[in-house]
Order: sequence, then structure tokens, then C-alpha cells
Amino acid sequence: MASIEGTILDFRRLDRLAAGETALHRLDARAKVLVTVAFILSVVSFDRYALAALFPFFLYPAAILALGNLPIGYFARKVALILPFALAVGMLNPLFDREALVRLGPLAVTGGWVSCASIVVRAVLTVSAALLLVGVTGFPEICRAMERLGVPQIFAVQLLFLYRYLFVLTEEGARSSRARELRSFGGKGQGIPSYGSLAGHLLLRTWMRADRIHMAMLARGFTGEFHSRRPSRFGGKELLFLSGWSALFLVLRLRNVPDLLGSLVMGSLR
Amino acid sequence: MSHHLVEAGNLRHVYPDGTVALRDVSFRITHGESVAVIGANGAGKSTLLLHLNGYLAPTSGFVRVGDRSFTKKTLPEIRRRVGMVFQDPDDQLFMPTVYEDVAFGPRNLGLSDAEVEARVEEALARVGAGHLRERPPYRLSGGEKKRVAIATVLSMAPDILVMDEPTNGLDPFARRRLIELLADFRHTKIFTSHDLDMVLELCERTIVLHDGEVRADGPTREIFRDDGLLAACRLEKPLSMQGCTACGTARHQDGERSSRD
Repeated sequence: MASIEGTILDFRRLDRLAAGETALHRLDARAKVLVTVAFILSVVSFDRYALAALFPFFLYPAAILALGNLPIGYFARKVALILPFALAVGMLNPLFDREALVRLGPLAVTGGWVSCASIVVRAVLTVSAALLLVGVTGFPEICRAMERLGVPQIFAVQLLFLYRYLFVLTEEGARSSRARELRSFGGKGQGIPSYGSLAGHLLLRTWMRADRIHMAMLARGFTGEFHSRRPSRFGGKELLFLSGWSALFLVLRLRNVPDLLGSLVMGSLR
Repeated sequence: MSHHLVEAGNLRHVYPDGTVALRDVSFRITHGESVAVIGANGAGKSTLLLHLNGYLAPTSGFVRVGDRSFTKKTLPEIRRRVGMVFQDPDDQLFMPTVYEDVAFGPRNLGLSDAEVEARVEEALARVGAGHLRERPPYRLSGGEKKRVAIATVLSMAPDILVMDEPTNGLDPFARRRLIELLADFRHTKIFTSHDLDMVLELCERTIVLHDGEVRADGPTREIFRDDGLLAACRLEKPLSMQGCTACGTARHQDGERSSRD
């Protein structure tokens, strides 16, 4: 179960990174959430054969990494985790879409290969943007920002609770699983049925815990509404951050910048 | 001072599955008392505590806090007055940061931001956890969690402090600090515990529950001197009242400390 526990530790690291003190960390979370949404929308709205036009978008994650003083290796590993899934999605494209788009001498690059590569690049871009958002903002702040942007409170609160008890529950699960493993002596330990009962117990314990938490909330006067603090301001800096990045995304989306650069260079050569 | 009163009369509680948790419990705790509720596992301690802030309603009998019995109208006020600290701090600390958790109660009371801030500041200072303000709860040690959990209740300015197993799972040093902290509180205090040495130190009065009934209610020392009673209720003397096997003396002989300490 080292892997589950390792995963928790990894999560905590993300949380610690979010406690950083750079100018980027201090920005109002709403600005960062909106920019991330704008980024993701621009990236996914490209035509399916778009590939070269996507590359300038790497500017954004790179800038956030640098400004937020975040460890690149850590995020690269996290993003690499989802690559197989992206590949699985795009894998069949080369089989179905055999129309050649580009010919490099005898080698024909089919539309399928291009769209497959496009899917992978998009996955890398969007996932890293989302991870970086958590890395410079922190999950609770994101939930609060979402709430203030109009997401119903009940969803925001659900997410907050999910995050808070993720650690408690995974630890509980890891403990149960370790106890099972230690008594199965390297064998299968009575196989799948024992996992079924383990999961069942975990569910029941979670249920009872939810009951106790509710009890603790009632004991402190909970009436169904969460009052949050810190009316942090959406000021000039936030506006600049939001409008600057959005404008850039818009330009990158509407103009194929690599093409433009290419023709500029070719034009000057001619 | 009558609002510090806690009273139960012929309290009986039967769970929906038919388990009789409390048969007949009566007691009256007055202002400033520090009372331990002890008993074996399943004696009904936790069920009793849950009646004290109205989470459970009696099957028959009554519970009163101050001069009020529990009604839908008095419940919020009673819950503010009875600060309840649960056994597992992970159940009590559910907000993203310590600050927000301690502010949860005062905010529900509808206090102004400035007042909330002052309350949080004071409660955290009281338990010596001011430096933990911005930490998320899962990055606290067991002792820190416990102290913060107490702060979440203190910030509501309760008259009565109810704690379920306060020293459970703490290391000796954290336990010692907690006992010192609790000894300083001037609230009416009600604890349940299996830590009988803590009971001996903190509570002048003890109520012994057995099978859902009050088996004994009196000065802590006297109760712990009654070997027959303790054996019948599956309890034993606190270690500090047992003869020392190494040197042959008891620390609390007949209520007096020996000259060794």
C-alpha cells in the first residue's frame, strides 16, 4: 500500500506549494480560475488537426511555473501520469483516418497521426494548467473562488469536504488494506471477497464519520449555511492578469502564430 | 448563575434498534463543578453526553441546561452554552484551515467580522495554538488537533465544557499539557474518560455509570477507594492510588499525598 500512502504525500506537497508567497500566489483566486478556464477553452476549441498552432500555448504553463517558483520536475511527473489515458483516446485515429495530410518525401503523415498528436498535446496543456492552478492557489481557495463566481454553495462546500476528508479516508483505507495484507502472507488473502468486505467496512465507517461530523457541526450552531471570510479584492492587478492572458489566448487562438512567424521569416528570406 | 446548571431526571434512552443505552439516570451538576462520568465500555457515557446538547432526545425523563429544557427554540442557545468537544478531533475540524474552523461557531452565531476575529484570536491564544492559525487540520499533530478542537468550542464562549475522552491518544507530554490547560478553565466541566488518573487530578466529583444507570455519584477520592464498587463496574483504581510495586508506597494514601512529592 506504499503507493496509496505515497499518493497522499504527493497531494500534500501540492498543498504546501500552494502556500507559497510569490506575487502570483497572492493574486485573488478568481483571476487565476478565470484565466485557467480561458486557457482551457482556447486550447480545446482548436480544429482537430491543429498541432503547430497549439505550441505557443506552452508559454502559459512555463510562465506560471517560473512566476510561481514551482518545481518543474514534480509537475512534469504528474502530467506524465495522464499521458497513457490521452494516448488511449487518440490511439485509434491513425487507423481510421488514413488520408495523407503532409508528405515528407516518401513518408506520408496521415490526418490520424496528426489528430492523435493534437489530442496528446492538448491533454498535456490542459492538465498542466489545472495542476498549476492548484499549485499556485490551493484547493480550498479555488472552491471559494468558484463560489464567489456563482457556483452554488452546496457544490463548493461538497468539494471542500471532499478535499478535507480525502486525506483522512485514504489513510483509513490504507490502514485497512495494510492490515489485510499483513495477514495474507504474500498470498491472495482469500481473494476478491475480502476486498468486498473491506470496502463495505470502509463505507460504513465513512458513513458513521459523516454522522459524527454533522454532530460536531450542529454542536457549533450550524444551520445549513457556510459563512466564509476574507472578502479579498479583485483589484487592478487581478484585472491586468486576467485581461493580459485572455488577450494573448485570443490572439493565439485566432491567428496561427507559428504560421505567421514562418511566413514572416520566409518573406524576409525571399 | 443558574444558567450553568446541568440537570438530568430519570433519563432513559432506547436506540431505534431496541438497545437500552440509558435506563434511569438522574444527577444535578451546579456552577463551576468539574465532574467525571466514568464507566466501562458500553455503560452509556457517550449516549449521555449526546443528550447534553440535544443531539439525542430522551425516550423518557428530561435534561435541563440552566433553567431551560430542550425545545426547538432553546436548542441553538443551549448548544452555544454547552461547548462539546468530541473524541476524534478529525470529526471536529472540518474546515480548510484552523482559523476558519475556530471561526465556524462564532460565524454561525452571527457575530461581526471584527468580533469573530477577536474570539478566534483569544480562543487560540488560550490553548496555546496561535501559531497554527493558517495550517490545514491534517497537518497538525494529535496534541495540536486536540487543543485546536477545544479552541473551536471556546470561541463560542460556552458556560459548560463537555469533553469525550479528552486525553485519548495523546502522548504523555501532550496529555500533561492538556490536563494543565483544562485545570485552568473556570467553566463547569463534564468529562468522560478511561484515564482515571486524569479524573483524579481534574474532577472533584465522579459519576459512575453501569449498564445505563448511575451506580455511584460522589467525591472522586471516595469512589476510587471503594474496591467493591470499582470491581462491579469493571473499573480499577487510578495508578497513582495503587501501591507502588517498586518502592511500596502509594502517592494518594487516603487522600493525602505522601511526602515524596
